[in-house]
Amino acid sequence: MRRSKEIGMVAIFLGLFFGYALLELIQRGPADTFANPVFLGQANLLNLTRSIGLFGIFSVAMGVVIITGGIDLSIGSQFSLLGVILAYLLGNYNWPWPLAVLAVLLLCMLLGWFHGLLITRANLQPFVVTLCGLLGYRGLARFISHDQTVGFSGDTTFELLRTLATGSIFNVPAPFIVFVFVCIIMALVLHGSVYGRYLFAIGRNEEAAVYSGINTKLVITSAYMLCGFLTGVSAILLGFYTNSISPASHGSFFELYAVAACVLGGCSLRGGEGSVLGIFIGTAMIQLLRNIVNLQGIDSSLEFVVMGGVILIAVVFDQVLAARRRARESRLDIKAAPAEATAKVGAG
Amino acid sequence: MSDTEKTPIVEVRGVSKRFPGVIALNHVDFAVYPGEVVALIGENGAGKSTLMKILGGLHRADEGEIRIDGKTVEIRNVADSLHLGISLIHQELNNLDNLDVGGNIFLGREPLTGGFLRLVDRGKIAKDSRAYLKKVGLELSPTTPLSALSIAQQQLVEIAKALSVNARVIIMDEPTSCLTLTETNRLLKLIQELKASGVSVVYISHRLMEVQACADRVVGLRDGRNSGILQRSEISHDSMVRLMVGRNLDLKKSVTRSGDPDDRIEIRNFVSPFFPSHQISFDMRRGEILGLAGLVGAGRSELAMTVFGIVKPLGGEISVNSHRIHIRSPKDAIQNGIYLVPEDRRKTGLITSMTVRENVTLPDLWTYATCGLISYQKELSSAETQRKKLSIKTASTNTLAKNLSGGNQQKVVLAKWLSLQPKLIIFDEPTRGVDVGSKAEIYKLMRGLADAGVFILMISSDMEEVLGVSDRIAVMREGMLTGILEAAEFSEEKVMKLAVAPVKTALEVAS
Repeated sequence: MRRSKEIGMVAIFLGLFFGYALLELIQRGPADTFANPVFLGQANLLNLTRSIGLFGIFSVAMGVVIITGGIDLSIGSQFSLLGVILAYLLGNYNWPWPLAVLAVLLLCMLLGWFHGLLITRANLQPFVVTLCGLLGYRGLARFISHDQTVGFSGDTTFELLRTLATGSIFNVPAPFIVFVFVCIIMALVLHGSVYGRYLFAIGRNEEAAVYSGINTKLVITSAYMLCGFLTGVSAILLGFYTNSISPASHGSFFELYAVAACVLGGCSLRGGEGSVLGIFIGTAMIQLLRNIVNLQGIDSSLEFVVMGGVILIAVVFDQVLAARRRARESRLDIKAAPAEATAKVGAG
Repeated sequence: MSDTEKTPIVEVRGVSKRFPGVIALNHVDFAVYPGEVVALIGENGAGKSTLMKILGGLHRADEGEIRIDGKTVEIRNVADSLHLGISLIHQELNNLDNLDVGGNIFLGREPLTGGFLRLVDRGKIAKDSRAYLKKVGLELSPTTPLSALSIAQQQLVEIAKALSVNARVIIMDEPTSCLTLTETNRLLKLIQELKASGVSVVYISHRLMEVQACADRVVGLRDGRNSGILQRSEISHDSMVRLMVGRNLDLKKSVTRSGDPDDRIEIRNFVSPFFPSHQISFDMRRGEILGLAGLVGAGRSELAMTVFGIVKPLGGEISVNSHRIHIRSPKDAIQNGIYLVPEDRRKTGLITSMTVRENVTLPDLWTYATCGLISYQKELSSAETQRKKLSIKTASTNTLAKNLSGGNQQKVVLAKWLSLQPKLIIFDEPTRGVDVGSKAEIYKLMRGLADAGVFILMISSDMEEVLGVSDRIAVMREGMLTGILEAAEFSEEKVMKLAVAPVKTALEVAS
């Protein structure tokens, strides 16, 4: 029953994907399209999968905290702050890259720990805590860099990092491979592990989780740290992907792409719902839409209009389906009421 | 009271209601005469609520007719029902607690003022509300926010609301499930007053003592059919149980008490942060069920929460067989074999949107995992074992907990703990909202655990339960432990004397 949502999403994604391929075929005619495909051309597909990879990793990060009933609005600003710091460490202070990467990852986990602490110990709302982060971290990034664009020098010692962001392995963009790897690990963590079960339990009913002996404060705090870690991984890839970081705009609004991917992928902002597969498809869908808007030459300022509209339609559609499912379940409830007699037909 | 020559106010004849796959009501007859209190009893799923919802305009009957004052009527919606003088007070109160008391009473029928501005006439609301509140014995300002009221008071507001629409029949669905004994008695008295003023009351309850105290007539339902009617003189506990389940409920005790006086859990000078000025000390003996009685707000649940580590105690100690244990969190409590079956199972006992299996294994999930990854097979087999052991009625262990009946949900909460090694289980209102059949099973389970050497502490506001199930009864009042009664001294009066403040000694059971 719960898988049906994701199957539906895959169907819609494939429909959109091949539908657009068909549209191009009609628009440009078969001869031209086959000789020189644009949408299904290698460059575009590489581009599409690369952006799915880059945006997917931090969407999964967002998913982790959304499942606990929280949110992290500071992701985009963290990209800016972490990017600036990484560039400084590598460029100005000449740290060896493994050390710089470690520092960045530790820093973003520290930020996550700090968020988690404020949420669980000071009982602040995740929205408020990370909203302050959204404002604060970008400000900090601009202050550190004197609001100047910073970049990575042509130094070859950290060529590996650059490859991870911009390179390809067997014609598959490296960020996409990293993303798939992250997805596999996170699917095990979220859907197979004790820790994952705790996250869902807390998202559904935090109080009952406490009464079952779960240290909810620790689990929630660690969720923000895990979110921070994946944000850090994304920050490094994004930094090298753009190669230059303008602190005022780098990663701006990216947290909203992540929220959108989660919501499209079946996460509930009330917590306790969501899956890695769903977030994967949600991300793919959003990047596909961006790609299509781009290829169709639609004014890029309309990009957000299209995405907003699609997400709205998806959510409304999902609500309608959920209402129908609830209606069906409540009919089954009545049926199951004299449980002895009708246990077999119960919740089928 | 029921005078057969009178025309019933409400009469239901041969009403049937089908839901897909089940017949909820099967040619049911039911009548309410002017100025009588008629109790409707039956197990969960017997069709009581469906019948009342038909009268209240929430469901429509598939078959049969409804007569008001002898005339056939059609009740299509709630407004029709209200118009005919029927007022339904739901089991879960539907008050809006962001409004004040007056606002709730006049919700949807607010008197207007200010001409075309159509402003709500607050003055009139206040004035009229006061009169109705006085009738139900609530002495508070109509501008009090509803959220400041206790459940009992909110219930009275609902009754005031029913009176304000000139209801002739007030249907109360499980009105006392959240009330203390004093509050219950006050409600029963109010019902007698309503009756005297000519209003009829339909009273749905699982608590047979209350039914016995207030009903003029008892109508039984079983599996959607009429199972019989008892006139006033025929009403007794046993006869009612027979109507509901077709068999007598057995509450026999089989105490196998440990002979060793040192085999006990001692709670010494224990201070919960809810009542920082009171120290509590008492012992629990192995093999007994210790009842913990008192009024709502006496600090019983708070004591349980503190023992279980939900909040940290301010002082005192707990020792099992003279070994002191330290509890700073529920995790500590669980590791020490101390478990809590909480009062509100939907809020704290269960994660209702998770499956039975996921709920059952939640407290000891680590034991089903290798390297942190859960083995579905191990988890499933444990859940299945518990399902069979406790005979939890569910289609499968992969059914969501919210789809189970109250009694079965309670068993799932219990199943969470039984796969571990329990030393002490605290039951907080274990049978609230549970039907008679499941109640008996839960009592049997508790007794079985006690016999197996588990310490049992049972918090209950149901006097029948406290007296019938406990081996000893501890009573609390306002955060203090006011006394412990041995089995030989059990009586309702003694418990109540300890439970209420000394000034209010004159307590009478409405009858």
